[in-house]
Amino acid sequence: MSRNHRVACVALVAAGILVAACGSDTKSSTTASPTTAVAGAAGAATTAAGAATTTAAGSATTAGGSATTAGGAATTSGAGSTVTTTGSTNADGSPAALVDGKIPCTQQYKGKTVTLFSSIRDTEADQLVAGYAAYEKCTGIKVEHEGSGEFEAQLKVRIDGGNAPDVALIPQPGLMADLARAGSLVAQPDLGQYVKDNYLSGYDQIGSVDGQFYGTPLSANVKSLVWYNPAKFKEKGYTIPTTLDELKALSDKIVADGGMPWCAGIESGTATGWPVTDWMEDFMLRLEGPDVYDQWTQHKIPFNDPKVKEVADAVASYLKNDKYMLGGVKSIAVTSFQNGGVGVADGSCYLHHQGSFYSVFFPKGTTVGPDGTVNWFYLPTKSASDPKVILTGGEFMAITKGNDRPEVKDTVLFMASADYVNAEVQLGSRLSANKHMDINLIKSPQDREVAKLLQSSDVARFDGSDSLPGAVGSGTFWKQSTAWIVGASTDEFLSNVEKSWPKS
Amino acid sequence: MTAVTVPSGAAGAGAAATAVIAEPRSRRISSWLRSSPGKVTVWALVFLWTIPTFGLLVTSFRPENKIKSTGWWTFFKPGDYQLTIKNYTDVLNAKTSNGDMGKYFLNSIKIVIPGTLLPILIAALAAYAFSWMRFKGRDWLFIVVVGLLVVPLQMALIPLLRLFTTGVHIGSVTVFPAIAGSSSFDFLKSNPVQAWIAHACFAMPLAIFLLKNFISSLPSELIEAARVDGAGHLRIFWKIIIPLSVPALASLAIFQFLWVWNDYLVGYVFAGGNNAPLTVRLVDLAGSRGEDWQRLTAAAFLTMVVPLAVFAALQRFFVRGLVTGAVKG
Repeated sequence: MSRNHRVACVALVAAGILVAACGSDTKSSTTASPTTAVAGAAGAATTAAGAATTTAAGSATTAGGSATTAGGAATTSGAGSTVTTTGSTNADGSPAALVDGKIPCTQQYKGKTVTLFSSIRDTEADQLVAGYAAYEKCTGIKVEHEGSGEFEAQLKVRIDGGNAPDVALIPQPGLMADLARAGSLVAQPDLGQYVKDNYLSGYDQIGSVDGQFYGTPLSANVKSLVWYNPAKFKEKGYTIPTTLDELKALSDKIVADGGMPWCAGIESGTATGWPVTDWMEDFMLRLEGPDVYDQWTQHKIPFNDPKVKEVADAVASYLKNDKYMLGGVKSIAVTSFQNGGVGVADGSCYLHHQGSFYSVFFPKGTTVGPDGTVNWFYLPTKSASDPKVILTGGEFMAITKGNDRPEVKDTVLFMASADYVNAEVQLGSRLSANKHMDINLIKSPQDREVAKLLQSSDVARFDGSDSLPGAVGSGTFWKQSTAWIVGASTDEFLSNVEKSWPKS
Repeated sequence: MTAVTVPSGAAGAGAAATAVIAEPRSRRISSWLRSSPGKVTVWALVFLWTIPTFGLLVTSFRPENKIKSTGWWTFFKPGDYQLTIKNYTDVLNAKTSNGDMGKYFLNSIKIVIPGTLLPILIAALAAYAFSWMRFKGRDWLFIVVVGLLVVPLQMALIPLLRLFTTGVHIGSVTVFPAIAGSSSFDFLKSNPVQAWIAHACFAMPLAIFLLKNFISSLPSELIEAARVDGAGHLRIFWKIIIPLSVPALASLAIFQFLWVWNDYLVGYVFAGGNNAPLTVRLVDLAGSRGEDWQRLTAAAFLTMVVPLAVFAALQRFFVRGLVTGAVKG
């Protein structure tokens, strides 16, 4: 026995020595890894730099086309030289300046670090990071990104603990508004002006709280899509509907032909029910228009207003219709949103309403496009002549209190600029609402179509449930719509959400 | 996480069974356990406990499309037999889009070893003081320390984080330096120092309680004899207390090791980013929208390897540890 004790004791001491050795060892390896990372990024940097130059040429023409606005926007510093500086490059091919000359490449931020915190992980995070390699090379700065699945909770912990990231990439304007009103964020009027000049209309408003601009948009994804199976459509001779009535008629025709028109899934852990909110928002925009939509999200009309009920009834005619839904209505509450639309690929259903991001959930080998396994069409407006409304989602870059240093502001400016946006679209499917996003640079044809839809829209509105107060937008709206799908009446659903609205 | 706790639960059941055998008072139970119906029952329970872990193991070797379309038991259906190590190569691959689990494995080790040794050393010193040093208010102080057992650690997260970011200053005197976000020491950045301190703090009440029970039960003649021979407190502690308390220290070390290894919250809050432990990495492996969840089984198995090995190697101490705290009285 005592021998065993001695062995254990020796083992513990050995472990201690081991960790001491490991500690110094890993220290050297952590110092080594940035170099490899930089080496890896350097490869990307050259392509990005190449991209930057091509876009510079491209945007030079656009700038020329709207020379007056560009000149008007960049009055602050060297407006005249803007276009020329952007186009010029150093001897080694790297750009001499970024963002139309607003950020010179003089290694001015060497040794400085900016930290980003987001909910973006995995492949998407790699694309996000690869996109700013050119900026790091240009200014000598180090940008550190950390993505977390517990972003919302963790952001609050870090801010309360005095350990806030420099920039928080917040996907919910509602959460951003809470943080801004609590004084945890710093207003950025300069960036607000930049967004107003360079983004689709309405984006500077989404990023503002009580008239102050906080959130600079990063990416934009499109929600108003319907996925379908082109081969099955061709086989049956169906056509793409251009009005909501045609969509209804198509659904009925599929039923008459013995098929299952729709499939859906709304299960998503604690967020179960959110896909229903997208249905509600899309139909609200189409049936009542953007003005009523704004009144609804700002609670200027009650949640159980007759107009909202009308929208809910329209949604119910699809989602709560046993004849339309694969597996019956109740099954969609227990089907995960990831699996909700896979039936489109194998032909067990014809239509699925979900955002552009859904393409990653189709089984491996699924191709997207008019000749592919699946494709999408724009969820039609009420009548073909209505303005083209579109529902979007995405992240906003907010600078936290005490961290509005020049290098942090420039990092946000760069990540909002066409230089970054156009590097991103070549790497993957992270689109932006920046007007200077060059659609021709987008790698996949499917993403190019989504981008075209985004830029051709007449009115863009941000995902309403993300703009509502947290208690409703990520609370009762989800829960009550799940209860509604499972059996509660429309009146119960709407008045329960109305009752839960925070008093203020 | 449940997947990780299941085997230790199963092991715990096995350990409890062995503990029962060692206990002379419950001879009737132990003889029943040795009879054939007893053996059948025990093996049936072991089988039931092991099924989820076994399913996890089988799943981790199945290809992605199989994982996502059918349950792991269909693996045994004729014609459905397909093995791959792609899940493992995916999660070990040193790219951010994949796993890079190797780096986080090392991070976990960097957190777990100081996070185990530090609290045990401090708790042993405190337990000695509570047992063998006479000072005013000793019993009250002990009651306060043990009373801290009921304080949930979640309550202390933000205060502790504030301590690390701002430090403690009385006037112009720095009592505790701000260690988070300071760039003056590379050591603080490349090592999860905050996690070590946090784990040491949170382990303290239980560790002191268990060790005090053990150390105060050591024969007082030994300590008095040493004192007569002129040994001071430190000498008594190192030469007599520590060698005699190795069983208690070892069992506590195993508990603390398993707790720190399986911990998610403390590691997540105090060792973010590049210093994050395996458990934190495991959660983020599935991707922004949970689209790559087939990796989770392989990754979960990798996180389980060390606790399983520790348990298998030090099972004897584990069993004694269960008894150490319990029988005293």
